Amino acid sequence: MTSPALSGGIASHLHPGASYDVAHHPTPSGREEVWRFTPLKRLRGLLEGSPSADDLDWDVQAPDGVRISQISTADAIDLGGPAPVDRLAALSVANSGGAVRLHVPDGTELDAPVRIRLRGATPEQLVWDHLVVTIGRSAQATVVLEYEGSATYSAMVQVLVGDGAQLQLARLQLWDDDAVHTGHVGLRIGRDARVRTFSASLGGDLVRLVETTEYDGPGGQLEQLGLYFADAGQHLEHRLFVDHNAPHTRSNVDYRGALQGLGAHTVWIGDVVIRKVAEGIETYESNRNLVLTDGCRADSVPNLEIETGEIIGAGHASTTGRFDDLQLFYLQSRGIPVDEARRLVVHGFFADIVRRLGVPEIETRLMAAVEDELVRSVGLPPASAVGA
Amino acid sequence: MATLDIRDLHVSVQTEDGAKEILRGVDLTVRSGETHAIMGPNGSGKSTLAYSVAGHPKYQVTSGSVTLDGVDVLDMTVDERARAGLFLAMQYPVEVPGVSVSNFLRTAKTAIDGEAPKLRTWIKDVNTALDKMSMDRDFAQRNVNEGFSGGEKKRNEIMQLELLNPRFAILDETDSGLDIDALRVVSEGVNRFSAQGDRGVLLITHYTRILRYITPDYVHVFVAGRIAEQGGAELAERLEAEGYDRYVRAGSGAVAVGEPASS
Repeated sequence: MTSPALSGGIASHLHPGASYDVAHHPTPSGREEVWRFTPLKRLRGLLEGSPSADDLDWDVQAPDGVRISQISTADAIDLGGPAPVDRLAALSVANSGGAVRLHVPDGTELDAPVRIRLRGATPEQLVWDHLVVTIGRSAQATVVLEYEGSATYSAMVQVLVGDGAQLQLARLQLWDDDAVHTGHVGLRIGRDARVRTFSASLGGDLVRLVETTEYDGPGGQLEQLGLYFADAGQHLEHRLFVDHNAPHTRSNVDYRGALQGLGAHTVWIGDVVIRKVAEGIETYESNRNLVLTDGCRADSVPNLEIETGEIIGAGHASTTGRFDDLQLFYLQSRGIPVDEARRLVVHGFFADIVRRLGVPEIETRLMAAVEDELVRSVGLPPASAVGA
Repeated sequence: MATLDIRDLHVSVQTEDGAKEILRGVDLTVRSGETHAIMGPNGSGKSTLAYSVAGHPKYQVTSGSVTLDGVDVLDMTVDERARAGLFLAMQYPVEVPGVSVSNFLRTAKTAIDGEAPKLRTWIKDVNTALDKMSMDRDFAQRNVNEGFSGGEKKRNEIMQLELLNPRFAILDETDSGLDIDALRVVSEGVNRFSAQGDRGVLLITHYTRILRYITPDYVHVFVAGRIAEQGGAELAERLEAEGYDRYVRAGSGAVAVGEPASS
């Protein structure tokens, strides 16, 4: 079974065809374009696809109007979400033994976020997951997925957003430092629907997430925000693909990362395809990385594949650098010690994006997590003066 | 009573062609209670003097001294200089994305005072400072200098001057790019600061316009990296009438910084 969006004949070396069939996704050697950045050995055997009945602990807080149910894998596939784009995602569907469906019916406007906390017990725990989020026509919802503790975890998350709906989806990878988290988050955005996603990757030994977006009609809008903070030895990889397969759609991607400590490695691959049919679209993607210490590596590769020029605009930007000396000088010239000035700059770098989430309790939680990361860094002590 | 003393200061910057000397022996003493205007043509090194005293890493002091009440300033880090009582209002204030004016001010105030300001009085102080500079109160929630107009940036600098209340303020072309209303608001802020009686001001400017609002006790004409002439407020009036031509010609052996020798 092949996803309709990717059967459209885009010959993109960055995006092998999507399929539920595991055999369609051979075990990578590490030389493939889409795998070359990933340290395969640290996937802890996930690629072998051993079955496992383990589950994360789910703690669900859902306001009235949300329906959460267990469904079969066949039923989940029948919902028509984007198919898995890589082996780990296909294995997640094949091995999860069914899916969890989170459904917000047509026209339902939730008055509070759906909050799902998923906790793993140990890194030895092997967990396959399959989650399908369906947002009905003209519904409005905020969904927050928070990952904590430790596990060796791979998930397929399919998100279907109905016509005219509004969804905010936040995924917070707040794992302990020995967790592995991989998989695919596939979005399909209905006509005139508006979607804002927010991804935060702070914990984990290895995080490798593929996020794809396609449109189910004209007028859909995507804002895709992300932050990541890699410490010594962490590998945090985010691969984004926006397929403008419908006219008058919009996308705006803004991912920011910080790195500190020996062997901290981040990978950000952004790709936007503008198909022939996608006239009048507008897209921009940006990735900025702040390198806080020596010994880190940030890979950042934006791509744009354009098949029509009849668009409003398309652009991308990628920057990777150390602190801006002028900013530090300005802050220091007001008496702020250099360590504190650095901390303030990093805080601002992330606060700038976190505040666009629009969910105050999560914003507070995330900025606290960023502060925790900064405390770990040599020369960036905690400070009392933050948060105003 | 405090004294900022600059003695025979020589400063260079690194260029592609090697080190280039910009300040060539500056002598200047500013005592608390005094307002000094430093005037001069573009490229004469006025701003270099400001940044060198503040400690910008780009400027290398090759000889001479800067002391504050006898204590070596050049030995201090940038933030130590600020905590010792020096303040630089910048010509091009820097944007700090994601950091609110409010957070920035409180962090700076805490650093300067060595303790966090009391919350209740602090909010009042910030609001008062904003009101004095004719700035909207929601300014405090905006990111530092991000999206500020030229005038807003300068008002923001002088608001900081009033809130942090240093012993010596160096104002680097604070008047440049200001319309007449902003110039008046900014000048009034500087005058309130001086009116405390025990604060020193070093006002760097290219134009005499701001001196209609701020009356200097001393005027220094800066040409080719050193002070070419000094006098009282009347010297500024003469510059207004005559311009800098006379000095530039007289110093034709000297090379204006950043310009070819033939200019």
